[in-house]
Amino acid sequence: MIWVQRDIFNVGDEMDKLTAGRTDIGAVVSFTGLVRDVNDGAAVTSLTLEHYPGMTERQLEKIEREAQARWDLQASLIIHRVGEMALGEPIVLVITASVHRQHAFEAASFLMDWLKTKAPFWKLEAGSDGKSDWVGARKSDIDAAKKWN
Amino acid sequence: MKILYFAWLKMKLGMAEENIDCSDEITDTDSLVRWMKTRGPAFEEVFSDLNVVRIAVNQEHAPTNTSLKNGDEVAFFPPVTGG
Repeated sequence: MIWVQRDIFNVGDEMDKLTAGRTDIGAVVSFTGLVRDVNDGAAVTSLTLEHYPGMTERQLEKIEREAQARWDLQASLIIHRVGEMALGEPIVLVITASVHRQHAFEAASFLMDWLKTKAPFWKLEAGSDGKSDWVGARKSDIDAAKKWN
Repeated sequence: MKILYFAWLKMKLGMAEENIDCSDEITDTDSLVRWMKTRGPAFEEVFSDLNVVRIAVNQEHAPTNTSLKNGDEVAFFPPVTGG
């Protein structure tokens, strides 16, 4: 399941919903990305996420299907927020559920690595000086995604 | 075809989308970019460094030289930074 939304989410609630009534799941892994107050040494006061409606959902669905093909997952969820976010708020959530932990751990890591390099989202950071800057892509993210090729 | 711009490309060009007709001159993504660069200083600047511009055709990441036809949706944007 994938959701692109402006609203904030609650990790515990989402995990409960994903596993409710299920007795076939033995392991649940979640990753949450939060809005940080510093990026590359500069103070950040808020973050705005722009995206490409249509392509975003299409790419997230492809990434999720790829994870389901590579690992034995009983369930999975990707939530990515768009719009303006305050410091400390969650941006992205990935949950994977499997019979044993290894598949859930690896699939969660894969989903985040591919999402960061393939899903059309762009971060605009506002700084304490009142200026806003588009965040540049990181080589470490590109390298992390390549290891799953 | 529909052309979409995102993030700093949208800001620098001052528009989010426009419609352009395919022609003898515009047959693929390479020729579209070449034509874009002739449209004035803002376009010239935006398309000056193709290492920081990504292209999608019909909502899929497009390799260079992807052929185009009328009705396609082409998007230009910076490398993605979500997550």
